[in-house]
Amino acid sequence: MNNSIALKSILTKEIQRFTRIWVQTLVPPAITISLYFVIFGSLIGSRIGEMGGFDYMSFIVPGLIMMSVITNSYSNVASSFFSAKWQRNVEEMLVAPVPNWVIVAGYVGGGMCRGMLVGLIVTIVSLFFVDIQLHNIWVIIATVTLTSATFSLGGLINAIFAGSFDDISIIPTFILTPLTYLGGVFYSISLLPEFWQGVSQINPIVYMVNAFRYGFLGISDVSLVTAFAVIGFFIVTLFTIAMVLISKGIGLRS
Amino acid sequence: MTYALEISALEKTYKGGFQALKGIDLTVKQGDFFALLGPNGAGKSTSIGVITSLVNKTGGQVKVFGYDIDTDLEKAKSFIGLVPQEFNFSQFEPLVNILVNQAGYYGVSKPVAIQRAEKYLKQLELWDKRDEPARALSGGMKRRLMIARALMHEPQMLILDEPTAGVDIELRRSMWDFLRKLNEQGITIILTTHYLEEAEMLCRNIAIIDGGEIVEDTSMKKLLAQLDVETFVFDLQPNLTLDVLAQFAEQSQSIAYRVIDDHTLEVDLNKSQNLNQVFQQLSTANIEVISMRNKSNRLEALFISLINKKSSVTQTKPQSAVVGAN
Repeated sequence: MNNSIALKSILTKEIQRFTRIWVQTLVPPAITISLYFVIFGSLIGSRIGEMGGFDYMSFIVPGLIMMSVITNSYSNVASSFFSAKWQRNVEEMLVAPVPNWVIVAGYVGGGMCRGMLVGLIVTIVSLFFVDIQLHNIWVIIATVTLTSATFSLGGLINAIFAGSFDDISIIPTFILTPLTYLGGVFYSISLLPEFWQGVSQINPIVYMVNAFRYGFLGISDVSLVTAFAVIGFFIVTLFTIAMVLISKGIGLRS
Repeated sequence: MTYALEISALEKTYKGGFQALKGIDLTVKQGDFFALLGPNGAGKSTSIGVITSLVNKTGGQVKVFGYDIDTDLEKAKSFIGLVPQEFNFSQFEPLVNILVNQAGYYGVSKPVAIQRAEKYLKQLELWDKRDEPARALSGGMKRRLMIARALMHEPQMLILDEPTAGVDIELRRSMWDFLRKLNEQGITIILTTHYLEEAEMLCRNIAIIDGGEIVEDTSMKKLLAQLDVETFVFDLQPNLTLDVLAQFAEQSQSIAYRVIDDHTLEVDLNKSQNLNQVFQQLSTANIEVISMRNKSNRLEALFISLINKKSSVTQTKPQSAVVGAN
């Protein structure tokens, strides 16, 4: 059995899915991010002044790109895998000799493709508003790749447990969005009182946004090594959980 | 000899305690055309679910072409093509994509998959719809799409769970021809159906499942030989009267005739009687036969008797227990 063909098939199907409905998947992030730039960057940002030694617009660009990557990676896998469960076409894979890791890798790969494509679109849109600096391209690539993998895995686990379409919007609405907004996208956590700085340390998105910002601006509220260690920990943990759930057939086999 | 399918002591108890399979044993020979029949909720789909790994069994063993699904699941899966009871493909994808992706899950390369997709879509008369999303197909077309999808990796065993449900007669017959040809090519076919005529026409061997237990497992010939009585309907010449037919029926000593109307008679024949006797009596009475047919599906009569026999046994058991307790 050629696993690479099976992996390519799942990946192709996933990419075809989000590109077929590009108006729903690729256009909205570009519009949303433009509004963020206009409101927070141009209108309010000009009155805020500098943050971390950079003008506010330049400061928030990495966070806004990362926010789009996180949201789109998560929602792509959550909605695609849940739809496959709901329409029961997930059975196409379950009856075939596809190893569980290939199913996980295929869906996560699809989520990463959408997350990073949206990230690229948002980056291009941001060029209309601000001159983007590049401090370390490899840190940018590594952070965006690992972050989109983390949240794709999260979306997959959400979809495995979900019993209705409502269940795939609960986590993004009540957990993901607050964590992202409190994850240092719009501010440096050094501005927070000491207690809230401590609380922010348990928010994994803080590490992702700061590592990404370091790649662009060369500044970060956390150490780069810690940031990658946190992201690595989440990837390993979420991948293990996803594999256990799929191999036990939770939400998939009766 | 390696069987296409070997099931022993297979059990499935769902969460909540419902026991869908109560230790069934079943074997299907390679190249067989096998019917698995049973009323709704008997355990047919659960059995298929376990064989195809969509349902986790709670006991027993399943081997597909000698490969145990507990130890060689991926190998066992590669032999099976499944046509499920309910449509389970993405409604939004074009037909070709559904087929090519499915082949990919079995490791079939894209160029080969495209060739096979063309072959099966043409054979199943879906080629014109190849670029349309699956939701645009009619019910019958969707059933054929699922057959094409199941064949994309050229399986050795095809399992069809009520493949002709809701399909019109003409299409059903063309699907039967298609399945017969596949079986002639050596593909083992396991079929569940509610159309007993379908099983009788297609299958060589049959198992009947009821309440999670196999109540009959034999060849179609042997099963049909169990029939004690068959009913035949005779369409007669149109210039007769009810009185003439009633008099004829009354006078006959050896054969029981029933007069339906002024040109139709029904006859119940047991194993010791034959149709020659009937024709002889009709001929002597100058009654001309236009045509003749079986009144009901033979298998249907047997099926009902087997299921009824089982339910009467099940109903008797608790009573005996109560008597014993007293």
